[in-house]
Amino acid sequence: MAYLDVCDVTLTFKGIAALMGVSFTVEQGTIASLIGPNGAGKTSMLNCISGRYIPDGGARGPCSISLDGECLLSLPAHKRTELGLSRTFQNIALFKGLSVLDNLMVGRHGRINYGLLSSIMYWGKTIRAEERHRRRVEDVIDFLNLSPYRHQHAGRLPYGVRKRVELGRALAAEPKLILLDEPMAGMNLEETEDMARYILDIAEEWGVTVLLVEHDMGVVMDISDKVVVIDFGQKIAEGTPDEVQANKDVIAAYLGTEDAAFAGR
Amino acid sequence: MQGKCGLFFTSYRGEAQIFQSGFQKLMVGLFAAVLIAVPLGLDNYLVSVMNLIFIAVIGAVSLNLLTGACGQISLGHGAFIGVGAFAAGQCSLHGVPFPLAILSGGLVTALVGMVFGVPSLRLKGIYLAIATLAAQLVLEFVFLHGGEVTGGSNGLLLDPPQMFGFSFDSEIRMYYLLFAFAALSLLMVSNIMRSKYGRAFVSIRDFYLSAEINGVNLFWYKIIAFGVSSFLAGVAGGLWGHYTGYISGEQFNIGLSITYLAMVVIGGLGSVLGSVFGAVFLTVLPEVLNVLANGLSDYIPAITQRVGAIQHGVFGLVLILFLVYEPEGLAHRWRLIKAYWKLYPFAH
Repeated sequence: MAYLDVCDVTLTFKGIAALMGVSFTVEQGTIASLIGPNGAGKTSMLNCISGRYIPDGGARGPCSISLDGECLLSLPAHKRTELGLSRTFQNIALFKGLSVLDNLMVGRHGRINYGLLSSIMYWGKTIRAEERHRRRVEDVIDFLNLSPYRHQHAGRLPYGVRKRVELGRALAAEPKLILLDEPMAGMNLEETEDMARYILDIAEEWGVTVLLVEHDMGVVMDISDKVVVIDFGQKIAEGTPDEVQANKDVIAAYLGTEDAAFAGR
Repeated sequence: MQGKCGLFFTSYRGEAQIFQSGFQKLMVGLFAAVLIAVPLGLDNYLVSVMNLIFIAVIGAVSLNLLTGACGQISLGHGAFIGVGAFAAGQCSLHGVPFPLAILSGGLVTALVGMVFGVPSLRLKGIYLAIATLAAQLVLEFVFLHGGEVTGGSNGLLLDPPQMFGFSFDSEIRMYYLLFAFAALSLLMVSNIMRSKYGRAFVSIRDFYLSAEINGVNLFWYKIIAFGVSSFLAGVAGGLWGHYTGYISGEQFNIGLSITYLAMVVIGGLGSVLGSVFGAVFLTVLPEVLNVLANGLSDYIPAITQRVGAIQHGVFGLVLILFLVYEPEGLAHRWRLIKAYWKLYPFAH
């Protein structure tokens, strides 16, 4: 069984189908990309995996999403992070009122296990737990070169840095699978190259499996081990970057077909 | 906001302190010493104003945890304070020792607050405000028609609190008791704000969708925010009831809720220090207006009869002026003043 196994996922909004029977798999430690034209259903797919949307039928339906053999659909969104799932958002979703450090500490929320009373008293156990988790967060800060921004409020950071902080928050949870929703969107060439390097390092050094949604085809074809293409809610291709680039359906989805171009005449 | 120049830390523990630099600790210590010494030199009226400030500080900091930090607007805070006053008052009347009465008042209020916090799962912003307004009205009704428990429209009469055979029967004695409770409440909320729970509350306020993805159970944490906030509101209510010696349902009306909301907005949403500023400001304001009216009554005799109406007008005016000119509250102004003096006499 594959590491991430998405099987026959259908998602409809009152009759409008966003996803129709999409299935694909991602192997452990690899980088997989999910691509497709605008509105194809890429982010809907991520939302189904991360728990914001529930596919039709939920855990009892025909579909199944499992991570390392464990069923995700029967869990609410906030429990899925404990199985090692974390994600970033297309439109930055940082906590503006918290410092970069605290944003990353929220990323570790599920792993910090003291109770309300410890929080109120802030005694030895709490202090030691906070220190221990702070150390892990500092590793992420070092890795992403965020140390100059450590104590700045997330709302005041430049765009490129915010994208990095969001990646850091997802990494701070020590995930096994990380979902990245357009991490390169709106970045300049240099920032894009940095981000691509970070993603490669996450997969190779941290051993995290990556599922990437991205429109920058150069990046996608360069760093992906596997590419899944969806269009109008249906999977049209799955394979290595070279296979997908040569696929006729994919070319048609992105560039249109000759027949369609002349159909109106 | 960056710390002062030359302030650096060699441990994570040092950085997590509430008061970080030696100078800050010295000033806080001095301030506490002044607060301990000051009632000895003040007349009873001024001490009573200080006592009301301490109670308002507890109420304001509790509402700031809920509305400022967690983003859940509550228009029922005045009624929650009332629940604490009646619960603690009933405990006292049944012979429960004072500290336990205050504690049980807080716990009862926490339960009530958590029940009325349940709609927050579905309702946000202005809609939640309406739902908590309903809580306010329901509780007001209960206060007035509660029979034996609330004393109906007659209210309850309480004796001054006693602890270990010592009776807090004068303004100055109450001063030290209330001072201790206010300081403890501030410490409690500060601790929450710098640990897991505080971060979860702010994450719910700032972006609840990604808070959930990061493992924060939205419903549970909102309920906890309502619970902790109501617990402190109940403590404030219990202290208030024991301090004034008389509780009636009319004290805890919608006006009180709005006053507390105003304290939090004027002080600074989400800031513990701001709650203190807001509580001091809105408790002192009516007293200052009274003094002014008395001073002016020699020249304008009619003013003494209109003090009440003028107070309401000034209250509204102050609130509007703050929303327009200082939307981040007095805490923000305080930070600017500190930043200015840090560099004085240089501009940069």
